[in-house]
Amino acid sequence: MSYIVDRRLNGKNKSTVNRTRFLRRYKKHIKQAVSDAVNKRSITDLEHGENVSIPNKDISEPRFSHKKGGRREMVHPGNKEFISGDRIKRPDGQGGSGSGEGEASNSGEGMDEFVFQITQDEFLEFLFEDLELPNLVKRQLAGMESFKLRRAGFVSSGSPSKINVVRSLKQATGRRVAFGAASRRRLKEVEMLLIEEQEKIEQDQAAIALLEDEIAKLKRKLAGIPFIDDIDLRYNLHVKVPQPTSKAVMFCVMDVSGSMNQSMKDIAKRFFILLYLFLQRNYQKIEVVFIRHHTSAKEVDEDEFFYSRETGGTIVSSALKLMKEVMDERYPASEWNIYGAQASDGDNWNDDSPVCKKLLIDEILPFVQYFSYIEINPRRHQALWREYETIAEEYGDIFAMQQIMDQADIYPVFRELFQKRSNA
Amino acid sequence: MSDKDTLNKMLAEDSRDYISTESEWTFDLIQTYDREIGKIAEGYELDTYPNQIEIISAEQMMDAYASVGMPVGYQHWSYGKQFVSIEKNYRRGQMGLAYEIVINSDPCIAYLMEENTMTMQALVIAHACYGHNSFFKGNYLFRTWTDASSIIDYLVFAKNYVNSCEEKYGVDEVEQILDACHALMNYGVDRYKRPYPISAEEEKRRVKEREEILQAQVNELWRTIPKFEKGEANRPKTRFPSEPQENILYFLEKKAPLLEPWQRELVRIVRKIAQYFYPQRQTQVMNEGWATFWHYTLLNDLYAQGKVTDGFMFEFLQSHAGVVFQPEFDSKYYSGINPYALGFSMMQDIKRICQNPTAEDKRWFPDIAGSNWLETLKFAMQNFKDESFILQFLSPKIMREFKLFSILDDDLEKELQVAAIHDDEGYKFLRESLGAQYNLSMNEPNIQVYDVDLRGTRAMKLRHFQHNRRPLHEEGAQEVLKHLHTLWKFDVDLESVDDNKVKESWHCPPPSTDTDVN
Repeated sequence: MSYIVDRRLNGKNKSTVNRTRFLRRYKKHIKQAVSDAVNKRSITDLEHGENVSIPNKDISEPRFSHKKGGRREMVHPGNKEFISGDRIKRPDGQGGSGSGEGEASNSGEGMDEFVFQITQDEFLEFLFEDLELPNLVKRQLAGMESFKLRRAGFVSSGSPSKINVVRSLKQATGRRVAFGAASRRRLKEVEMLLIEEQEKIEQDQAAIALLEDEIAKLKRKLAGIPFIDDIDLRYNLHVKVPQPTSKAVMFCVMDVSGSMNQSMKDIAKRFFILLYLFLQRNYQKIEVVFIRHHTSAKEVDEDEFFYSRETGGTIVSSALKLMKEVMDERYPASEWNIYGAQASDGDNWNDDSPVCKKLLIDEILPFVQYFSYIEINPRRHQALWREYETIAEEYGDIFAMQQIMDQADIYPVFRELFQKRSNA
Repeated sequence: MSDKDTLNKMLAEDSRDYISTESEWTFDLIQTYDREIGKIAEGYELDTYPNQIEIISAEQMMDAYASVGMPVGYQHWSYGKQFVSIEKNYRRGQMGLAYEIVINSDPCIAYLMEENTMTMQALVIAHACYGHNSFFKGNYLFRTWTDASSIIDYLVFAKNYVNSCEEKYGVDEVEQILDACHALMNYGVDRYKRPYPISAEEEKRRVKEREEILQAQVNELWRTIPKFEKGEANRPKTRFPSEPQENILYFLEKKAPLLEPWQRELVRIVRKIAQYFYPQRQTQVMNEGWATFWHYTLLNDLYAQGKVTDGFMFEFLQSHAGVVFQPEFDSKYYSGINPYALGFSMMQDIKRICQNPTAEDKRWFPDIAGSNWLETLKFAMQNFKDESFILQFLSPKIMREFKLFSILDDDLEKELQVAAIHDDEGYKFLRESLGAQYNLSMNEPNIQVYDVDLRGTRAMKLRHFQHNRRPLHEEGAQEVLKHLHTLWKFDVDLESVDDNKVKESWHCPPPSTDTDVN
């Protein structure tokens, strides 16, 4: 007799744990592959998984095995021209390879590298490992404006719509048992007495009447216990739990003046994308505002932000002003976690830099979670950098700045900006 | 043939009682096929465990594959590695999945993949549920070494135990021990002693008891209070263990001085699982040959009864031919002798020898030529392993068909030598040579625990007894020694010995190169 079982609906990811274990074990290799990939990949390509290859040597499970040498006989099929006693030149390379040695020592298929794919999620996991959003905790505590109702047990008063029937009836049953206990006991006694009395040959009618009277009274009393009473009622209790604000908005501010060339913009874009992906992992909802500027700032969409060309001078404060306006208008700090990222080549009107500093300190930094500035500039720093440096000294916990020389710097700088800080 | 004949033939075929004509399978059809195949198998008196046929998806097949066919397994990264590589190959289309996985358990669990056609499902049912199943139940090695009724329970116990250890002592600790045990997995089997049957119930009850006893036994190594016996110092040095121990894992489980009880239990789990797979490693040719012989026989019978269509048979024969294909040694697909091909041919050949023996067969197999083929074949299935099966039943006809030849590769000679080919002088030699090729103890380096320095450093000495001067793979050996050191925790030495002369040796930890200057 055979049983036929349909197992298809059972979990198919039985190996998930083992897979995770495997990834965990080779974290170092995978991380290396991931950080290589970030630098190699084209700009829009961070949404994919990645091929990871690990040298077979590192991954093999060692066993005792024979190596070439000694005296060894092997039987093979498909003889064509050999007769016994023939001598054959040893084949080049590994002698006796392909001779089907049971289980060979390494499980690899003779490749030097063990290559496999990790998913996009895993890719990002490794990419952003050890990174954190600064000041996330602070805002979560502060952002008490939104609440979520959560069950918190039962209480004896509340609105009728929240009556918990099962609880209430349990309570009622208990009360009825407790209140009726004495009467029921007495009732039983009296009934026994009555039976005794009735079984006597000479019945004492008066006593019987008395007993019957008492029985009736007790029964009335028992019947009088209410089936359900006000004190039985129980209500579900819901409490408001503050919900951490999980909306975030990211301001990408980029200088598009004539001095920014396409490769600088590419670098900036990669940086912004990394930041975007990273924020995405921390917030349920995230919006992006693109602001570009030369002498005047403009809010634009993504395509225009990255690809349209502009020329002209540079006034950074125009962008910051616009950012402030957009914040006031659409993203009140009480509801939104605000992140700012500014990329520029450092050029600015000299007179403008102190204005930028003032704007940042007074109008922007008090409301944002974090503001990062990257300067894409292989050359010497200018006034803007110096002004910003003073901000960084003062507001080190929410303001960070880094310089990027070329593409290979992006990821390291990104890690630098968001690396976990021990002081919480 | 005239049109009329064709028409008649078609009409006759239509009137036949096909089980199915489509290639889609349904649960009802699977049941019907299983019943019909089962009936025929019963006619051949195949003794099987009850079958449990499980339909699974491709992903689940990959899961099953990755855990070396164990339906439940403890967690370990190496299974994850397996899975990752299988998944990659499968997705790229480099590899088809196995049609079937069958588990030596009672009831015998066979997996059918949902993607397969009805024909393939029927093939797998015949192959796994009646072929492998009856082999598991009949073959002496499986009867001796495995206990089909309790294996699932034991695997569940193992999984839970490993889990609880991970919770208590941390994933890394457990992983380290398991890694070390896996490296020695092939050295966890007693080749000559029959093990006790294992069962989860029993295990649980005994785990505690064992922990205490084990610790007590280990104390022998730890006795530090000197015994005042006369002549103690002069007593000839005895080796410990007194006989070299081939079951290294067993030795570690019982004698490693510093292992915690739970670590010993882990060693035991790996050892028991190694033991469960031990018969499979020794009966590849027979097991696959037997199963292939029966799917071939059963499905042909089904066709003879008119229960399946020509189309069914074409599809079946095509995959059957694929399974028993033997590439020749100079083909780029060649990777050794295909156990399906050799096994199937030998099984068919035994049947032939019984039914239509030639003069040659009568000379070579006087006792089976002309005997009842079914009884002879069952006898062969029950009482042999690959090595002895080939020694006993490989006929000259098969050697000619496979055009077998033997190559002698001796590193003292400049050239390879053809030692024997499929001719009168060569048959006996070829047969022995091929038999030896399936002898596990020849293929795996023969390494045993030779001595433990009880009174001094507690260093463990292993010996590799070379066979035909075949050397050990150095890197592998060094790595395994590291693992061994993890378990033994004192120095471990390995000597490769040929003719009582030490040819090579390894140490862990490696001897420090800088000697003390003072």
